[in-house]
Amino acid sequence: VTVATEPLQDRRSGSDDVVETWNGEPVDAAAVPVLPIERFRRVVLDVLGAGGRLSAMLARPEGDRLLVTAVLADDPEGKLALLSTLVGASYPSLSAEAPSAQAFEREIAEQWGVVPEGHPWLKPLRFERPLRAGPDAFGRKDPRATIPGEYPFFAVEGEEVHEVAVGPVHAGIIEPGHFRFQCHGEKVFHLEIVLGYQHRGIETMLRGGPDRRSLALAESIAGDTSVGHALAYVRALESLSGHMATARAIALRGVALELERLANHVGDLGMLANDVGFLPTASYCGALRADFLNALAEICGSRFGRGLLAPGGVKFDLGAEGARALSARVRASWEKVRAAAGLMYEAPSVRARFEGTGTVSRDDAIAIGLVGPAARACGVDRDVRRDHAFGIYRFVHLPVVLAESGDVFARTWIRVLECERSVEFVVSQLENLPEGPIRTELAPLAPRQIVVSMVEGWRGEIAHVAVTDERGRFERYKVKDPSFHNWLGLALALRDGQISDFPLCNKSFNLSYAGHDL
Amino acid sequence: VIDILKFRLGYGRQTVAFPDGPPRFPERFRGRPALDTDRCAIDCIACADACPTEAVLDAGLMTMRIDLGRCTFCGDCASACAPGAIRFTNDHRLSARSRDALAASGDEPILAPALREEVRRVFRRSLKLRQVSAAGCNGCEAELNASGNIQFDAGRFGIQFVASPRHADGIVVTGPVSENMRVALLKTWEAVPPPRIVIAVGACAISGGPFRGSPAVCGGAESALGGIPVDLYVPGCPPHPITFLDGMLRLLGRMR
Repeated sequence: VTVATEPLQDRRSGSDDVVETWNGEPVDAAAVPVLPIERFRRVVLDVLGAGGRLSAMLARPEGDRLLVTAVLADDPEGKLALLSTLVGASYPSLSAEAPSAQAFEREIAEQWGVVPEGHPWLKPLRFERPLRAGPDAFGRKDPRATIPGEYPFFAVEGEEVHEVAVGPVHAGIIEPGHFRFQCHGEKVFHLEIVLGYQHRGIETMLRGGPDRRSLALAESIAGDTSVGHALAYVRALESLSGHMATARAIALRGVALELERLANHVGDLGMLANDVGFLPTASYCGALRADFLNALAEICGSRFGRGLLAPGGVKFDLGAEGARALSARVRASWEKVRAAAGLMYEAPSVRARFEGTGTVSRDDAIAIGLVGPAARACGVDRDVRRDHAFGIYRFVHLPVVLAESGDVFARTWIRVLECERSVEFVVSQLENLPEGPIRTELAPLAPRQIVVSMVEGWRGEIAHVAVTDERGRFERYKVKDPSFHNWLGLALALRDGQISDFPLCNKSFNLSYAGHDL
Repeated sequence: VIDILKFRLGYGRQTVAFPDGPPRFPERFRGRPALDTDRCAIDCIACADACPTEAVLDAGLMTMRIDLGRCTFCGDCASACAPGAIRFTNDHRLSARSRDALAASGDEPILAPALREEVRRVFRRSLKLRQVSAAGCNGCEAELNASGNIQFDAGRFGIQFVASPRHADGIVVTGPVSENMRVALLKTWEAVPPPRIVIAVGACAISGGPFRGSPAVCGGAESALGGIPVDLYVPGCPPHPITFLDGMLRLLGRMR
């Protein structure tokens, strides 16, 4: 499959349909074109059809109508395009033609009571309280009183068809979610995933900010991605105030982001080994994950990198001696991981369980907008660190790793290869940290701007969209965790698979419930 | 198989020395904060202004305390304090049996007392727990998972996480308890046969943490469970696995 190199090109020339920008570059909020809905749909569908990607979609009220803004990404060109439309009580949905819009449209319907007509799967997304009074998009009597799972599930009928329900409280120490399988014997016809149990109201709490709590909230969007989300947040602030983080700060941020990736990928390798009953790798990787968490704690005192990032830079520096010691430790730990993971890949019983299990096709991956390792495992070549390079990644390039088979094997193998690149990066950065200050003062945020701040977290593309009001406060702060796209990928991976493969498939994606539910 | 055994032999013992030996933490690890109010500048509340979760109580007064039930251990209060009245020590012992005991003042250690004797006798050598993540961000969940790995190995004390509340002696709650998880949490609690205990892990489960005040959450385990007392609070954001183990061993009277 060939991807058009410049999907936005034809939109750009001679048309005012979109405003162009790039990762971390604010634009005047009033400069985003407001198109009639038919034109808006046409532009979005054309761009997606030409190889573009829907990175985020958000809505904010304008009078009694709703201003819906789409963020389209042109990955090969590293560009973003913004466009808006005003909708009333309903509008013709995008999702039937562009499945990657499905969750965004459900989110907007739930928050604002606007019905996307023709949406093929119009169900509540996270069972949150509506953001304004008015009719409910799903026809519920009292949306405030419903909790996740209180809705009609998709059901398959037939003599030997049975239903399996799992969650929200699971067998292990896992976040809550509900999984409803329609099965025929062992075979899964359909998996419906209900989320929302983790909803804490983060976007609402961020509105009116930034304030002293905002960074703590950003660090808690998904606790295993504290560095990733905090980085997207501080970069949004910095770009809105025209601030450039120092060379030393961006290098340390890069080190922290890759250490977070390493800790999670290594932990996942252990959990995947555990789920196929290969205990040596499970035990070793479970413990080796701590080496990378502890490396983060050496830098900032927290195993999850909390308290490291600040708007304007980082709060902790590393001495030359400390940096050298840390670099040696990371390299030594990685050698152990490689040996421990190697044991698993040499075992035919493990390969037999991984290969051909939970396959997602490349076409499906593109259609639903998968991101991160889950997408790259299907041969979809996208990585924010290269495509929309930010911070240190503008100067240092990490090779993007791809696999083709789209199965559990590909999703584990990708992790090994990505770890390898991350270790090289961390080691070389720690050995060549630029001189200079780690933090400088931030100016107030510019008023009436919109900015998209993207970071490649360990699960994939994190996108924060901040809109400031006339005082430079957040009028809207939209958070998109990579899991927002990828949960549907897990549902597709189970189609026609065995229900007993669910734990393995689930772990091979290892998605965030909290990041989805916000 | 031979390769696996060779690897295993070269790998050595992984389990930490704690509790027989001292726990090791990175130099910058932030444990219990120590307060020296004599150093406070007059009318200065810079620490309270810097705190993301309103954890500094009576800022600027002689009675100043830090509520570890709210504290995320970010260290911003200490950085904001020019005279150095707040300092984070590396003391990992943070757990307490009552909400009031979580208010750190001076430089006093916080040591949780054991359960009452009848209950303690039952659970001392075998305590099975059901973990309920109720809007936890996966930080506390990750550290609880780690507490059972070969490094921290809670299993050597008979402390284990089990798959069903029916098999459990208590629940471990993480997260501020979203409105959407309240019913599931209550049902899990009801399914645990008595005698049973409740352990709240992390700032969110104790006080709501950074989410305190959000209408989408209950503000912690205690308010969500409505009157069911919490037997152990384990502060942190997230708490270090050693902090969790320390609290558990004290609760079971296996450490004083």
